[in-house]
Amino acid sequence: MINFSNLAELISIAREKSLPIHEVVIAREMHISLRSREHIIKQMADSWMVMQESIERGLNNTEKSLSGLTGGDARRLRLYSSRAGAEAPYLGEAAILAAAAAVGVNEVNAVMGRIVACPTAGSCGIVPAALYAAKQRGASEEKLVLSLFTAAGIGMVIDQNASIAGASGGCQAECGTAAAMAAGALVEIAGGGPEKVGEAVALSVKNLLGLVCDPVAGLVEVPCVKRNGFAVIEAMLAADMALSGIKSVIPVDEVIGAMDKIGRALPKSLRETSQGGLAVTPTARRIERELYGE
Amino acid sequence: MTREREAACQPPFSVYEVKIMHGVFDIVGPVMIGPSSSHTAGAARLGLMARKILGERAVRAEINLHGSFAQTYRGHGTDKALIAGIMGMEPDDMRLREALELADKRGLSYDFRQVELQEAHPNTAVIYLVGETGRVARVRGASVGGGNILVTNIDGYEVELSGQYPALLTIHHDRPGVITRVTQILSRYEVNIAFMRVSRQSRGETAMMIMELDDEPATDVVEECGQVPDVELARAVPAV
Repeated sequence: MINFSNLAELISIAREKSLPIHEVVIAREMHISLRSREHIIKQMADSWMVMQESIERGLNNTEKSLSGLTGGDARRLRLYSSRAGAEAPYLGEAAILAAAAAVGVNEVNAVMGRIVACPTAGSCGIVPAALYAAKQRGASEEKLVLSLFTAAGIGMVIDQNASIAGASGGCQAECGTAAAMAAGALVEIAGGGPEKVGEAVALSVKNLLGLVCDPVAGLVEVPCVKRNGFAVIEAMLAADMALSGIKSVIPVDEVIGAMDKIGRALPKSLRETSQGGLAVTPTARRIERELYGE
Repeated sequence: MTREREAACQPPFSVYEVKIMHGVFDIVGPVMIGPSSSHTAGAARLGLMARKILGERAVRAEINLHGSFAQTYRGHGTDKALIAGIMGMEPDDMRLREALELADKRGLSYDFRQVELQEAHPNTAVIYLVGETGRVARVRGASVGGGNILVTNIDGYEVELSGQYPALLTIHHDRPGVITRVTQILSRYEVNIAFMRVSRQSRGETAMMIMELDDEPATDVVEECGQVPDVELARAVPAV
């Protein structure tokens, strides 16, 4: 059977068999789930539909979350994105729309809307927003759905060799993994080969190493919602760097190894316990009192 | 005890500690109602599991929340998710956010309490349910991350039930041969046991056996297990 435990193996299988990474991931999934290729691809296409619904809802969202801390920023960014001339967004309309989509999906998550955890709920906006950006410039539905298998393969490798849970590895494990998944998918959509997918993952993960998980009042809102916007931009830049031919000095699996060690070294207070970082600032403490009482 | 003997006596549940590479849809997925896979999706699955263990519609729910569940349940909609699950909803059901109103309409009364349990996972709930015919169930479980759950106690019996596999649960007299007779029935119907655990409160009294199976057991398989001498009750607990 086809199997892989790190990215070097995934990339070399793809090279040996002259297959894109998504095909290697699909072959493994067929083997372990005993389901047909059609069935697996259909399930992924359904997930992509849910992702797109959450983007549409997010871009128009004016509803505040249960806590009142988030809601409406995705719409703000979307309205801002089309400004022209001297008022035009620095990053350009497409990038701002991608950031808006990422923020929007996480706003939908915060109002108890339906999302696809990718890899987690707190980081659920990043991969869909990256694919949304690719769709805006003409990528086919088929290509987008297949690229989600490449994203999944990257997430599986990081989960295996580091972590995808904020409680274990901090936010680098959640938004960091999501950005790496998005970067790899974007490279593949643009026609980059398996090695370039690996470079994009390495570049992306390196930049978010050490990111802590310190949510205000223990909620998946501050800083998570806006961070999804930053992370999709980071993923797009990592994809562009890899596609331009830039290589990571540290090989991708060593980067993931470093991510694992950093995650283990993070104090518990910065791993989703809300006992450190932003969560213990005076303002966060005030918000906590307002929400839960003394 | 020799090392080999010691290894042979390890329960099969050590598989939970070995890191097996996930499937595609564990990473891109699950499809769920936000905001939190552990505090919302996992809570809905815990509620659903409790409902399936009860085996009938619940009319009363008393839920004790421990740790992070107790501290942050309102902000994460954990209460809504648990109640939604108890009413039979899946974690991606859009009605989840209106679950409390729906419970009022459907005649399910409920109470939440914040408690401190000894040595419990931070996201633990103890769910006490009363069903429409008066049946009761007490289920303790934890949301262990990514929407995954682990039920650790049912009606006072220690168990380990992940909800990933369909299960068969029996309550029987703690006597030699009962387990063999039940597993023989499964063997005859070619139902494979993936994980299994027996637990009892004290020797010679009643015991609980939970078998996680590769396939959903047919109704007649469950009924036949229920007719085995010394088996008081056999119930299918579908995967959630």
